[in-house]
Amino acid sequence: MTAALAVPVVLAPFLAAAVGLPLGRRLPPGIVAIAGTAVSAVLAIAVAVSSRPAETLARLTPTGGIAVTVGVRVGGLSATVAVMVTLVALAVQVYSVGYLRGDPRYPSYAALVSLFTAAMLTVVLSADLLLTYAGWEVMGVCSYFLIGHHWERPAASSAAVKSFLMTRFGDVGFLFGVFVLGTAAGSFRITDVLAAVPTMSHTTVLAAALLMVVGVVGKSAQFPLHSWLPDAMAGPAPVSALIHAATMVAAGVYLVALLFPVFLAAPLALDVLAVLAVVSMLGAALAAFASADLKRVLAYSTISQLSLMFAALAVGGRTAAIAHLVSHAAFKALLFLCAGAVITAVGGGLLTDLGGLRRAMPVTFATMTVGFAALAGFPPTSGFFSKDLVVAAAGHAASGEAALVTVAVAWLVAVAVLLTAGVTAAYATRAWLLTFFGTERPAREAGPVLTGPLLALAAPALLLGLAALRWPELRPEWGSALASVAVVVLGAGVVLARWRAAPGRDPADLLGRARPLLASAWHTDDLYERTVARAVTGLAERVVAVDDRVVGRAVTGSGRNAGRLGGLIRLSQNGNPQLYLTGLLAGVLLIAVGVVVLA
Amino acid sequence: MHVVYPVVLAALLFSVGVYGVLARRNAILVLMSVELMLNAVNLNLVTFDAWLKDTLASGQALTLFVIAIAAAEVGLGLAIVLLVFRNRSSIAVDQLRDLADRDAPSAVPGETVAEREAAR
Amino acid sequence: MTGAELVFVPLGAVALGSSVLVVTTDQLVRAALWLVVALGALAGCFLLLAAELVAWVQVLIYVGAVVVLLLFGIMLTRAPIGRSVDLDSGNRVAALVVALGTAGTLVTVVVGGFRTASIDLGDGSAGSAGTVGAGLFRYWVLPFELLSVLLLAALVGAIVLSRRDIGPRARDGGED
Repeated sequence: MTAALAVPVVLAPFLAAAVGLPLGRRLPPGIVAIAGTAVSAVLAIAVAVSSRPAETLARLTPTGGIAVTVGVRVGGLSATVAVMVTLVALAVQVYSVGYLRGDPRYPSYAALVSLFTAAMLTVVLSADLLLTYAGWEVMGVCSYFLIGHHWERPAASSAAVKSFLMTRFGDVGFLFGVFVLGTAAGSFRITDVLAAVPTMSHTTVLAAALLMVVGVVGKSAQFPLHSWLPDAMAGPAPVSALIHAATMVAAGVYLVALLFPVFLAAPLALDVLAVLAVVSMLGAALAAFASADLKRVLAYSTISQLSLMFAALAVGGRTAAIAHLVSHAAFKALLFLCAGAVITAVGGGLLTDLGGLRRAMPVTFATMTVGFAALAGFPPTSGFFSKDLVVAAAGHAASGEAALVTVAVAWLVAVAVLLTAGVTAAYATRAWLLTFFGTERPAREAGPVLTGPLLALAAPALLLGLAALRWPELRPEWGSALASVAVVVLGAGVVLARWRAAPGRDPADLLGRARPLLASAWHTDDLYERTVARAVTGLAERVVAVDDRVVGRAVTGSGRNAGRLGGLIRLSQNGNPQLYLTGLLAGVLLIAVGVVVLA
Repeated sequence: MHVVYPVVLAALLFSVGVYGVLARRNAILVLMSVELMLNAVNLNLVTFDAWLKDTLASGQALTLFVIAIAAAEVGLGLAIVLLVFRNRSSIAVDQLRDLADRDAPSAVPGETVAEREAAR
Repeated sequence: MTGAELVFVPLGAVALGSSVLVVTTDQLVRAALWLVVALGALAGCFLLLAAELVAWVQVLIYVGAVVVLLLFGIMLTRAPIGRSVDLDSGNRVAALVVALGTAGTLVTVVVGGFRTASIDLGDGSAGSAGTVGAGLFRYWVLPFELLSVLLLAALVGAIVLSRRDIGPRARDGGED
């Protein structure tokens, strides 16, 4: 029953995409996409409520070797994430109708968002690792198209290419991880793979886990493959809300959580993941503090918050990671949609162009305040509770209770998580102040199509944590809660104090001379430009040269030599019929002699 | 009588005809050589007719047909030769070279990118 | 060697020798006359093979008609009477090689194939006008009639090609 409900969860948005792509221009905007996503959301909630693990499998065609199956696999984790995905997608679809009003490319946009939703749900609900991979790649393609929605802008098209290339790099790792797991387990079924983990050799598990880390680092924009996400903000705001905050980038976290037994069997991979997460967490938080563009602030904050989830996973806090994944999806999607409303009202996202929108846009102000509060981790928002779970998990690991990673790494994670919480509060406060306070400027509140989703997302961002108190494992612990609140208040307080002292000035001046360095995310892009990009371009030029000088010469040379040989043979075509006849008869004679001699 | 004598004579006559067709310039001499070849074939036909004692007399009937066709061929061939002579004042077959491949080879097929750019 | 063979060999030698002269002589008219000799000798060969009707047809048509036609051709093309130096083309050596090759191959094959076969001429009536005529009009009537059409077509074609007042001149305005 559960499985029968779960299949249409995936198929509904896919059908919406299939119908919306050819017919989108003739129908009222968004009706197909919203209907498909809504059906999917209702079914996902039904699946989650029934909450029994279920799995269906079908083998479509014999593929030789290890069977490739198609099917859905529903568990507590996947049902939760599926509900989160469909609800955010629904909010984004409704919001997009208003945000992209009058855009000639809206029908294809809506269909692509639907297709993306279907792909994400495939990743979440798939029972087979190869099917997961298929969904994973379709997400990447949709992300590419949607980032490049305004492809006439050079920034958007190059950002689309950049994100595609960088995530593809990671995807290769993921694919090979799937291969390693599938061949070691003799099956690509997730259930089989997880069951076979204890029987695999240590090296195999470690290789698979490290390859998976490569994959999720690319998809979730973690260091060192992080730099595509800030650029991807060239896409429309609802796309950023759905893909680059709530779902696709979170798919990496989901995948690690799903395959957690694999990582538990390879602690070294968890160490690597923890270190990468710590670097990304702090680096991206500082970059967010220095960034000059509202959406880029949110993008860096997404990187940082995803690192928080990875850190939680690395120290064994799977529940904490998922809790933060869900609450982050709510408040970050909310923040992006609010940013979209602000950008629509003001016409740009540069923080220096914003300010004083408090009175002009009251709904946006209120909802975005909730979002920033949840991002910073102020109680009683959902962000407070989920972040506290992460801090608690890190604390437990540091005190040696659940020794998944080495204690040194666990300490590193714990300290980094607390530091990040402080910096997060600081940059959230800064962005909030710069957007809504200071000198007032004229702006108009967005229409109800935009504010409706904002209010709908503000509710879970505010209340999800309180609602989760039902479950004992989601309740905060006093020690970690006090520590994190103290750090958060400190971080926000510093920025507030600075704002008080110099109203209207950017609190990022606190960073002093380090600011340009941080705003460029430690010059990683320059570094890649100088090393990877230049090396690849050089290699490509050399390949072109080889192609031209060796392959091309061979081709044209053979053509020329054939021409010269033909020129020799042309000499015999002198028009003398006697010569022709002589040749003909000589040929006949040769054949006849050959027949006589050989017969 | 042995079959070998007439068939060897036919083979030699045919070869002489081949030589004449290939070596002579004058179109009328070429026609004569063709007649020699046809006659060699006729000799073969008659020989095998006699050897096999064909009840349909096919060898001799075919010989008569060949002779008739040869007469027609000579008539037409001479008409063509006369026409050629009228047009060109010569009936030397090795000077009738309208079949020759006259055009010089056109553009060089294919060139490398570097050469194309250098040409620009 | 039978009596027929004794007569056949010199006749064949005459035919071969005069045909060689046809293709080697440097006087056009003589070539035509040597052709007469060769064809006549061949007619004798036909007689020895008991092909009586064929032999007389050979004499009538080849010696009588074809060679006369060739002589007409020689004269109409204003060929020089007497020696001419350019009757052979530059292709002579290749032609000789091909011809010798042909001769070698054919002779080898036919000698190998018919070394022991011999002809029994019977009463010699196989080639009489009666026998051949009966065969011709009993079994070969259709090809015979077709041949008459072919001859007519050749006749018309030869006339069309030879006459100056009809033909391509009217279309493309000049042949010279």
